[in-house]
Amino acid sequence: MSAAAAPPPVLDVRNVTKVYGRGETEVRALRGVSLTVERGDYVAIMGASGSGKSTLMNILGCLDVPTSGRYLIDGTDVGTLDDRQLALLRNRKIGFVFQSFNLIPRMSALENVELPLAYGGVRPAERRRRALAALERVGLAERVHHEPNELSGGQQQRVAVARALVTAPALLLADEPTGNLDTKATADVLDVLDRLSAAGRTIVLITHEDDVAEHAKRVIRLVDGEIVDDRRQVAVHEPPPRLRVTAGAAGTGVPE
Amino acid sequence: MSAVEILRFALRGLLANRLRSGLTMLGIMIGVAAVILLVAVGQGAADSITSNIARLGSNTLTVSQAFGGGLRAIGPGGGPGQRGEGRRPGATGPRTQAKELSLADARALADPAAAPSVRSVSPVVVAQSQTATYEGASHEIGQLVGTYPSYFEATNKPVAKGGYFVNDDVLAARKIVVIGQTVAEALFGTVDPIGRQITITGVPFTVVGVLKETGSQGVQDGDDIAIAPLPAVQQSLTGFGALDQIVVQAKDADSVNAAEAEITAILNERHGITGTASPDYRIQNQEALRETVASAVGTFTVLLAAVAAISLLVGGIGITNIMLVTVTERTREIGIRKAIGASRGAILGQFLAEATMLSLVGGLFGVAVGVLGSQFTIAGVRPVVVPSSIVLALGVSLAIGLFFGSYPANRAAKLRPIEALRHE
Repeated sequence: MSAAAAPPPVLDVRNVTKVYGRGETEVRALRGVSLTVERGDYVAIMGASGSGKSTLMNILGCLDVPTSGRYLIDGTDVGTLDDRQLALLRNRKIGFVFQSFNLIPRMSALENVELPLAYGGVRPAERRRRALAALERVGLAERVHHEPNELSGGQQQRVAVARALVTAPALLLADEPTGNLDTKATADVLDVLDRLSAAGRTIVLITHEDDVAEHAKRVIRLVDGEIVDDRRQVAVHEPPPRLRVTAGAAGTGVPE
Repeated sequence: MSAVEILRFALRGLLANRLRSGLTMLGIMIGVAAVILLVAVGQGAADSITSNIARLGSNTLTVSQAFGGGLRAIGPGGGPGQRGEGRRPGATGPRTQAKELSLADARALADPAAAPSVRSVSPVVVAQSQTATYEGASHEIGQLVGTYPSYFEATNKPVAKGGYFVNDDVLAARKIVVIGQTVAEALFGTVDPIGRQITITGVPFTVVGVLKETGSQGVQDGDDIAIAPLPAVQQSLTGFGALDQIVVQAKDADSVNAAEAEITAILNERHGITGTASPDYRIQNQEALRETVASAVGTFTVLLAAVAAISLLVGGIGITNIMLVTVTERTREIGIRKAIGASRGAILGQFLAEATMLSLVGGLFGVAVGVLGSQFTIAGVRPVVVPSSIVLALGVSLAIGLFFGSYPANRAAKLRPIEALRHE
């Protein structure tokens, strides 16, 4: 209730741990991670496989629960929410992009993008309009009626990004979004993310590639479940460092 | 997330696996169709048996001599006339005061004042195994019945050819006879028997009519019969002794029991039967027979329906099975849906809707097949569709979808998103 305080950080992770298994087979995936992410930031979490970065991501996306510690999204303590409220939170506040795209087969790109809106109770006409806008934003306006198996990996991942951002979430989480993509497709997807960041969207992505991390404004390194390095590349209010400036819109080429 | 939306998702899920959905529906379809069809067959059998019994004569009571004394066997399902038998254990051998059924008894029963529920009374004598001949052809008639014209109506024996005999013929003791189909065929073959003279145990009778074929009734051929005026038979064959039966027709179905009471009262008085003494006659009630048979057929129908219900249950288990497979197969999809914000209710609704659709569509097809199948004659029975069985079968199939679908649907809904997503 502190007066005139800045809005709460989008992410506020306090001493979160995650332990899998018990006794002999106990694995401590996260050993007390604390992290705050401000609105508009673009954070890359790096680490080797087994460093706990995917575990952290799943907790951030409310797909998994921490063993101990608190976690607040937009000021809401996730630990106090029941099943229904969690579903609502995942629907409204978080957009999740998976490494393996995770589009629903036999549903067109448009239907896939509309799905979160359907669960959010948006009316069909409004749903269609917003889904088309989101697909246009990721450059797939021409392929809205294609099913996932008719799209390339890069296109599928861009559909997934569109699906993640169609509800205008406070936070876009991307778990190795380019892990399954070739160079060209990687560039396409990162370009989309850069532009979203430039438009003010808060993004947290996981990667183990330095090339990908260079796109972020802030890079966090995770080793054995602990943050070992937290480096800021660009200030939060500045555009992302590798934003491709489109011809004719130099400097302020911020698409919206 | 509206209901329409959930139904659309469910339909999409079902159409994605057409063959599997179709086979699952087939299970429910067979169950529902079996229930409807077997109940219809049971009902058809009941109807046909009831009408067969009605063919024996409607609303009739048969009074016959009760032979013997205390050890006389009580026939199975014996008429209600045996009620109130307070026989003393020591009473054996024929009662000395036992009276036979007489024509006077029959006349007393026809008294409209004492027996208002009685419509007609037909005294009957029966001569068994009489040999009839016609121009060298010979046939042993199973039953030669001597009676009054009202007998034809009371026992439901219409003639197919020729006519009946009338009261005048009875008064005049004319030697005329109405013969059954079996007799007509044996003696005359293709020749028209009307107006021809046959000889029954040496006595000439003129054939005036041929009865309509009734079909076999148990071990006895119901068409191996000849019916003649009572005095004609008594004069020439049986003598003027006791009557074998008195066939009484009640005014209508409701007055059968009243008629039985009236007959009992009249005969008790005439035969001097009081209090605990056992009557020397018995009354067979056609209605009681019908009720007994109807309840037996009812049991039979319930048995058939139970067998069908089992197949419906098996169909339901098929739904559970296929839904479990579906949930397992689509665990990842469930995880994705949950990750993008599907609530537990939405997932539960989708899978429950899928299961219910399977059972409902299968059930509707089952109704169609059941009703269609009921149009054919099955095992000699013309099925009669019972509307309540359709409602019941459809309702049960719907309930089965909900009940058997709820377990897999619940399992799907309860999955934690991360576990579902990790599933391969």
